[in-house]
Amino acid sequence: MTSATIVVETTQASRGTLPGLRRVTRSILRSKPATLGFALVILHILLAILAPLIAPGNPTENNPAAVLQLPGGPFPLGTDTLGRDILSRTLYGGQYALAVSFASTALAVILGTVIAGLAAFYGGWVDQVITRLLDSVLAVPAILAMLVLVTVFGSGPEVIVLAVVVVYTGGVTRVVRAAAMDVMPKDYIVAARARGEGVFYILSREVFPNILDVVLVEFAMRASWVVLLVSSLSFLGFGANPPTPDWGLMVAENRSLMAVVPLATLAPIVFLATLIVGLNLAADGLAKSLGVDRMKEILG
Amino acid sequence: MLTRFVIPRLGWAVVTILLATLLVFGAMQALPGDAATQILGQNATPEAVATLRRQLGLDQAPVERFISWLGHALSGNFGTSLVSGQPVGPEVGRALVNTAFLAGITIVVGFSLALVLGLVAGLCRDRWPDSLISTLALVGMSIPEFIVATLLVLAFSITIPIFPAVVVAGQNASITELLPAMPLPALSLMFVASAYIIRMMRTSVIDVMETDYVHTARLKGISTTRLVLKHVVPSAILPTLNVVAMNVAWLIGGVVVVESIFNYPGMGSLMIRSVQSRDLPTILLITVIGAMTFVVCNLLADLAATLLNPRLRHPRNAK
Repeated sequence: MTSATIVVETTQASRGTLPGLRRVTRSILRSKPATLGFALVILHILLAILAPLIAPGNPTENNPAAVLQLPGGPFPLGTDTLGRDILSRTLYGGQYALAVSFASTALAVILGTVIAGLAAFYGGWVDQVITRLLDSVLAVPAILAMLVLVTVFGSGPEVIVLAVVVVYTGGVTRVVRAAAMDVMPKDYIVAARARGEGVFYILSREVFPNILDVVLVEFAMRASWVVLLVSSLSFLGFGANPPTPDWGLMVAENRSLMAVVPLATLAPIVFLATLIVGLNLAADGLAKSLGVDRMKEILG
Repeated sequence: MLTRFVIPRLGWAVVTILLATLLVFGAMQALPGDAATQILGQNATPEAVATLRRQLGLDQAPVERFISWLGHALSGNFGTSLVSGQPVGPEVGRALVNTAFLAGITIVVGFSLALVLGLVAGLCRDRWPDSLISTLALVGMSIPEFIVATLLVLAFSITIPIFPAVVVAGQNASITELLPAMPLPALSLMFVASAYIIRMMRTSVIDVMETDYVHTARLKGISTTRLVLKHVVPSAILPTLNVVAMNVAWLIGGVVVVESIFNYPGMGSLMIRSVQSRDLPTILLITVIGAMTFVVCNLLADLAATLLNPRLRHPRNAK
């Protein structure tokens, strides 16, 4: 058994510099902050999925008879101005944040990786045009681009996903393109080109496996920024529509009543903060175990 | 250096700003309804809408309008606000001054503090000051501005009421009138914007401490103060300047949230208001200023990188 594992790992090592899944997992588990990060993220995913089972009440049901209740009785964390249960809203809040952020981050990273691969493969004027166009998209302040897109297309979840993709694909492309450019002159790519392999084959079979580490770290890192950005949009009133249970929206709704029902503001804050801290720690751990310099990726 | 390095970049910078403006202009064209219907409301007669559209120049083709806007913009005339009817320039200018003041405090105080904290963390690697500062930086990276601002209001306006929770001075307030309300918005921005700078400074200080010349300097027996000031800080600060430049561009995003929370009359509040009222001339001028900030920060970051790594000065290796 052991020898088989070693063989698998050495073949992988000879193709590139990527450590195997097993080694990455071991290195993450050895680091306390990284383990905590992944645990927090997994906990949040579980809470969001299990919300319908564990939430004590309906997150969008108004109770005119029980407005602004302090914690106790049927409302463990109290209620807001419409008498909605804070705990239920907070538990359900992860669904919107996680689903929208995950979908948009995944799309932005996939799209950015494809564009970066094409730019690196063709080089020359194709690369120039792509780089300049993406630079112009990046030059529009992210928040302005998102506000405009939401105003134009409405604030449904699919629009938020689109807006994040528009704003973040450029940054992903920048970083992944740099990694792909490093790989392009390698012998195995030159050999594949000489064999007459097509674009699709070379990008998917030769380039992608060798820049997977950069792509993965990019995903983990962007995810924490996207959660932050999506919640900020909701807070500004350009994201989740009321009465959707969403953390950013909850803070916006309840912050003027902080002196009366502090938990209505503090509960979503704690959930949001722990999720992003978890994502950041997980991204750090992943970057370290894959040997990617995270600060370098931020700078692009 | 100047012709090879700066001129082509400046050319591209102009193209980038132009394309960015065109993108925003194009996106705004997709809006159902325009400023005319927005101003007159739902119950306006079609004739009134048509007249107003003609007055605002909305009846021309989008391409013509963009070109005419560009022509005027190049001569410094950015049009009149579709909402207030006032020239856009002075209105945005006032907001820009207010924002620049808020951002200026954040950059000067926050960023210097961040550099010092990063230096301390790097020098005390893995001991308690480092753990404390690194944890703070992680929290700063992980908490959105609106949460920091909300918690600061809870702490310093509600629990211990020493700072005002919102700016009450109004849209046309002077800087001196804004001053008393400045601490909380500035603190919120500082906390969030400093996080990456602290981190980068810590990393580069640690890198520099491992180099041969620092070891040599230590063996020569120079004092720690001299070592840090003469050798560590100059080498560690250059890579960090890159992050500082990026952070200035990022500040724009944070400013929008913080200004809207504290009702601070700057570019951020203006941006939200003009998007809500579909005030295209104002939005376009804000885009130009935002894109310029981005481009200038990138140029400065590139320059810093070039000064740091002389190999990049050769045109073939330039990005």
